[in-house]
Amino acid sequence: MKRWTLWVPLALFVSFCALAAYQLTRPKTEFVASTMIGKPLPEFALRAAVADRPALSSADFRDGKPRLFNIFASWCIPCAAEAPQLEALRRRGADIVSVAIRDHPEDVAYFLARYGNPYSKIGADDLSEVQLGIGSSGVPETFVIDGKGVIRYQHIGDIRASDVPVLLEKLEEARR
Amino acid sequence: MIAELGLAALWLAAALAALQLVAGAFAQRDGAAELAALARPAAIIQGLLAAFSFLMLLILFARTDLSVKLVAMNSHSAKPMIFKLSGAFGNHEGSMLLWITVMALAGALIAAVERRLPERTMMATLGAQAFVGLGFYAFLLFSSNPFERLPEPALEGMGLNPLLQDIGLVFHPPTLYVGYVGLSVAFSFAVGALLTRQVTPDFARAMRPWVLGAWIFLTLGITAGSYWAYYELGWGGWWFWDPVENASLMPWLAATALLHSASVLAARDALRAWTIMLGVVAFSMSMVGTFLVRSGILTSVHAFAVDPERGTFILILLSIYIGGALLLFGLRAGTVAEGERFSVTSREAALVFNNVMLSAILGIVLLGTLYPLVTEAFDVRVSVGPPYFNPVGAIFVVPMLIVMAVGPLLRWRQDSVARIRLPMVIAATATLAVLFLVMLTSDIGILPLLGLSLSFGLAIASFMPLRGRKLRMLPLATWGMVMAHFGIAVSLFGMACESAFSEETLAAVEIGDSAEVGPWSVALSEVRPTAGPNWTALEGRLMVSYDGGKPREIDPQSRNFWAPPQETTESALVTRWNGQLYAVIGREAGDGRWQLRLWWKPFVTLIWYGGVLIALGGVLALIGRLLNDLKRRSVKSRGAARREAQA
Repeated sequence: MKRWTLWVPLALFVSFCALAAYQLTRPKTEFVASTMIGKPLPEFALRAAVADRPALSSADFRDGKPRLFNIFASWCIPCAAEAPQLEALRRRGADIVSVAIRDHPEDVAYFLARYGNPYSKIGADDLSEVQLGIGSSGVPETFVIDGKGVIRYQHIGDIRASDVPVLLEKLEEARR
Repeated sequence: MIAELGLAALWLAAALAALQLVAGAFAQRDGAAELAALARPAAIIQGLLAAFSFLMLLILFARTDLSVKLVAMNSHSAKPMIFKLSGAFGNHEGSMLLWITVMALAGALIAAVERRLPERTMMATLGAQAFVGLGFYAFLLFSSNPFERLPEPALEGMGLNPLLQDIGLVFHPPTLYVGYVGLSVAFSFAVGALLTRQVTPDFARAMRPWVLGAWIFLTLGITAGSYWAYYELGWGGWWFWDPVENASLMPWLAATALLHSASVLAARDALRAWTIMLGVVAFSMSMVGTFLVRSGILTSVHAFAVDPERGTFILILLSIYIGGALLLFGLRAGTVAEGERFSVTSREAALVFNNVMLSAILGIVLLGTLYPLVTEAFDVRVSVGPPYFNPVGAIFVVPMLIVMAVGPLLRWRQDSVARIRLPMVIAATATLAVLFLVMLTSDIGILPLLGLSLSFGLAIASFMPLRGRKLRMLPLATWGMVMAHFGIAVSLFGMACESAFSEETLAAVEIGDSAEVGPWSVALSEVRPTAGPNWTALEGRLMVSYDGGKPREIDPQSRNFWAPPQETTESALVTRWNGQLYAVIGREAGDGRWQLRLWWKPFVTLIWYGGVLIALGGVLALIGRLLNDLKRRSVKSRGAARREAQA
């Protein structure tokens, strides 16, 4: 075997490392953005998820008032993490409605008792049909819906403190 | 408490790995015998501690201790016990703990039983094993701690991906891991031998059972994984050239090549540098595969939690270990004296040829797996699939299969083609006869046609080495080779039949209607709801009959899991000796008709039976080698006793 051939494996490996390192530094978009943005909500009418909040239907969105539409579930840990931010949004005047994904009424009630209830209406989306219909691929996600029922903005993942002003601004934009 | 115990054991194990590294390194100098004596016990205790730590994680999952983050993220109290346990390694952190546990146990095992190597090489090997281990301990402890607690316990766990809630997945990951990580032993042996420049037939004999053991587990793991993907994903295919599948295939290819080159080194003292390099490459492929999957730089159906920080960590580990070993190889391999020579017509030459072919296939799979990464750097998104892998791989698989049929008939060092003319003619005649027969009777693609005919030739040729030998005197290792090569032929036959003769029907049927696929008639008699411990499902009742025979019932399901919510299809299979009926039920079309997807796959099961045969061949060879070693060891010790008595 020629001497230089002994270095071929190392050379190949170094180029692999360079490629991998380059790819690691580049941001990856892991989020699946909804294709429904700019389109009206699909028609739906869900039963109420808990006893003390009314049910949710697509007609509720067409009263001229923009809203936040939160997708959550009692079995979802990031949903518990974003509860304080939702409460902050409510205090600053946002009307928040939601659907609970594949949940049981008693679990939802327990979750809301524990982490707070910022929602004015909660629908039970037992088959994820509304979730899939608006192009959401996970929980939690939060949408801005304008007064005509058109989906204007999608926030994927839990709401951090820094996301609160952004959502309020999007809500304000939807009002115009 | 249990989580803290597990974490403490993990830290202790890491400390012992550090001790083992220092002891192994100092043993390379003279006059450090006391320190060197610590290496073996350190390795053994390290193995036990890692195993203890893993046991603690299993207990946490068994109890669904929701104060532990990993459990809360990946388990759920409503899951059946067996899936609670398998949830422990169905995630990034737990599987890395399993990885390090297997690695530490393998190190402990070498320390406990391996006595053939020169002591210095042995110490270098243990040191290398500890060095690799340390990196993974650091990775686990600093960036993927499986025992991390939540600030307050979760209400309920998030559940395990329902696709993973399957009995196949209980055994598939541990089996593969034993294979992957078992190869770390070959890596450490290779590094140890390079450090001490002791690349001898004895070294190959010492390394061979370890490689064989890891290879058996890899073979079984890949076979089981392929069968799982086949019946659980509901897509009807058995191999998808997915990056994760490739990540398991690449170490297998390297280990297969290594097994054969180690045989040449053991029997004939040739291929020294090549064997060392394969030893390094085999485990490197395990690590590269892990990196590609865990860093998230490739997209795959096997989504692990993706985290660029982890990716960076593994990449650094990779460059230290693989880069270091290859650097050592470049520096030292030239000084490892070249081995014995052999002629072009010899067993060695055939093995070298197949080694080159296996390496070429490995290169093709690696290139195909990495290619999307290369083009992505230029902002072009491509996905590489069967249209590349199948024909390009075949260019090397076909000659490899031909030489594989002939090679075992040849003698070591020098032989003549004339001596093996008869068996060659028989195998070639069988191949060509099948080739023409199939070409005349049916119209199938070139690759399945080649596969089908070569499988017959290879099946016959694989038994030829038994010709003219006393079967009772034949070493077990030879039986193992015969069985493994026959297994390749069986598997190949299954693959060729599946791709050539499969029939598919996609039908929307009303209840009471029926559909046809191949020789089967399938009638939908009912769709009913049903429920399991953590899912609900719609179950179709199908009455199926083969060729107008007696009907029997199968029940494919479309399942909805609620924690986490996900829909899966549970296919229903009917297995006959000559193939499988594969049925999947889909959604209701809206007008009272149900989507049925049906496949008839002739001889498809042979793919996995072949895989099992290959692994069994490995087991036979392993038993044969171990018995031989025991015999040699007892002869040696009796000889020593006699000499002592005479003195």
